[in-house]
Amino acid sequence: MSLDMSPAALTRAEPRLMRAEPLLTMRDISKTYGDVRALRHVDATVYPGEVMGIVGESGSGKSTLLRMMNLEDTPDHGDYTLRLPNRDDGNLFDLTRYERRMLCARHIGIVYQNPHLGLLMKHSSSGNVAERLLIAGERSFEVLRAKAREALDASEFPLSRMDARPIELSGGMQQRVQLAKAIALEPALLLLDEPTTGLDVSVQALVLDTLKRLQRDRKITMVLVSHDLGVIRTMADRVMVMRHGEVVEQGLADQVFQDPQHPYTQQLVHAKL
Amino acid sequence: MTSTPLLRVDGLTKTFRMYHLDSMLHAFEGVSFDLHEGEFLLLRGHNGAGKSTLLRTIWRSYLPVGGHVWYRSNHGEIDLANAADVDIALLRREEIGFVTQFLNARPRVAAQDIVAEPLLLAGTSQAEALDQARHWLDQFGVRPELWRAYPSTFSGGEQQKVNLARALILPQKLLLLDEPTASLDVGARAALVRRLSDLKGQGVAIIGVFHHPGDVAQLITREINLNTRVVADQSEEEENVAL
Repeated sequence: MSLDMSPAALTRAEPRLMRAEPLLTMRDISKTYGDVRALRHVDATVYPGEVMGIVGESGSGKSTLLRMMNLEDTPDHGDYTLRLPNRDDGNLFDLTRYERRMLCARHIGIVYQNPHLGLLMKHSSSGNVAERLLIAGERSFEVLRAKAREALDASEFPLSRMDARPIELSGGMQQRVQLAKAIALEPALLLLDEPTTGLDVSVQALVLDTLKRLQRDRKITMVLVSHDLGVIRTMADRVMVMRHGEVVEQGLADQVFQDPQHPYTQQLVHAKL
Repeated sequence: MTSTPLLRVDGLTKTFRMYHLDSMLHAFEGVSFDLHEGEFLLLRGHNGAGKSTLLRTIWRSYLPVGGHVWYRSNHGEIDLANAADVDIALLRREEIGFVTQFLNARPRVAAQDIVAEPLLLAGTSQAEALDQARHWLDQFGVRPELWRAYPSTFSGGEQQKVNLARALILPQKLLLLDEPTASLDVGARAALVRRLSDLKGQGVAIIGVFHHPGDVAQLITREINLNTRVVADQSEEEENVAL
């Protein structure tokens, strides 16, 4: 008997053993900017504690999808639910701007490739982390300082520099401040948009190791976007491959890299140095 | 053997489609066999016969194009050939292990931390996990001065010892071994055979590919030869089996 092993068929396979419900579910997400169809009928499911990698060439839609997950943009079509304590499963795109901001501050952390997007460069590093806590309602200076310190420490940021401004720090250190800000409230979901791109190899290894440790120790669910297949292979449990706004293949990370099913994925994997 | 098998491979077929060559590569076709708890199945065959491919297809690094791999998990029976990815990931964490001949070490992670990681993921305390990691590093002959070093700088043999310590630290129900003795010295080979013997005694079912099967001769329960395209369990089709 021949099995239908197409990406669509594998995506359809319903979990039978996994008891946990997905943390993140996106259904049929489409987005057009002018004449450009950035996302086409994208489905995504991420389970608690796993790292989902998203790979694809520039313009494939991976960062757009991540921005949708961070509620920074609204698709033309599609639903998005996060299974969070004390929340119903309504479509998050129906939330008001204020509700989105509060939900993201409390439950979603993000690390951008460009630290300028995630940090106030002229505020102190600890102040950047505290700002996140302030949005979520924390007001005590002592608590803010203690929590900022704890998050910076967990992100392996040298505490002797916690009052330095990000503009005075190296790229790797800036990413650690972003990471500390992102995890300060122990988010259910951590979104990582090319977090190591532009960093030198040794700093990249340190950032990846920190992420892996956070995922292991705190069971943080992560979605990692990268064009670097080595980073995805090191970090991800499952992988989505995107091209022209569509998911062309998804599967276990080792399967996608060792036995790619789609011609584009084969091309991508074979092109890796 | 009359008990319900742990694994029932039925007509498993693997073909690779290579788009850049516009061709298909047939790895194996119609492989069928049963495996019971505590059995050690040796896969034989010449280079390219599909031994490692079969292991990877059961592990689901490779996607089969036909057939079934029925596995009796602690959560119920499931066909690994078409199970959801998250179910496969769950089984890999809890029940099925795969040992390759290469260590996939993350940069800047110490040997003892690499070995301890499966225990930490299973909920063991940091101190206990590190204790056990050091024990198994020691068992496989990794010198204590290397336990906190990064394996990327180790020799191939030392890396393989770390790999084995990590892969075998948690007892699994099903263990897939892809030439685990390659590049090991005599002491480490002996340690590996002792560990495999213990696991087999605990009921772990094992399928292995070995460059030198003599290393594990005393553990082998059955053999399957993949030199023919259509392969069945030796108990059903003796002509396909070269003992």
